[in-house]
Amino acid sequence: MSDVKNFLYLNRRAPYGTVYAWESLEVVLIGAAFEQDVSLAFVDDGVYQIMKGQDTSGLGIKNFSPTYSALGDYDVQKIYVEKESLDARGLTVEDLLDLKYEDEDDDWAEKDSIKVVSAEELAKLMDESDVVLSF
Amino acid sequence: MGTINVGGKELEVDEEGYLSNLADWTPEVAEYMAKDEGQDLTENHWEVINFLREYYEEYQIAPAVRVLTKAIGKKLGKEKGNSKYLYELFPYGPGKQACKYAGLPKPTGCV
Repeated sequence: MSDVKNFLYLNRRAPYGTVYAWESLEVVLIGAAFEQDVSLAFVDDGVYQIMKGQDTSGLGIKNFSPTYSALGDYDVQKIYVEKESLDARGLTVEDLLDLKYEDEDDDWAEKDSIKVVSAEELAKLMDESDVVLSF
Repeated sequence: MGTINVGGKELEVDEEGYLSNLADWTPEVAEYMAKDEGQDLTENHWEVINFLREYYEEYQIAPAVRVLTKAIGKKLGKEKGNSKYLYELFPYGPGKQACKYAGLPKPTGCV
């Protein structure tokens, strides 16, 4: 494909209470289905979107966190989480979903999709992306 | 919005015939929808329908057709994980048609 663009989806809000998190995920899946080069970043309260053990039964809203585990099937292999945002909330990568992808070039070995990056590194990633979509 | 009558029960469907409520699904619903489109459901069709239901159960989405094809290949073998095989089973599109029979929403990324 000649004009594959790098899309970075920036997620900065808590998963429930607004539609942003779910809308972002749907757009990501659509973009990835069209074989665009997609990466995701979670900052601020956005880090809560990919926390383990979500339970929405008290909210009466669908818990869509299992869908993040499908991202690997959609060849979304780059999921960045800002370290400062985790630190500020007392979270570590252990509190996050175990998101994996299979590396086609490495005999389909399962690899971690999540990479914790500093605010500075994230700024650089945003700078290098063709399109940044903020949710 | 319309309804379909399966085994004496009125089930709500959207304008394209997808079930409104996932929980309404039974194998009879798939049989009914297939018959309505002049399609017989074979063992091979059921493999795909059941796969989709399991996928939805796990990930809460209906997979895009590219993802479905790859995942079917992994689970059921290479000879089944290709668009030719899947389109032969579901000529209206494996995503759309099989998801409909499986009682799932239209696949995300299917525009």
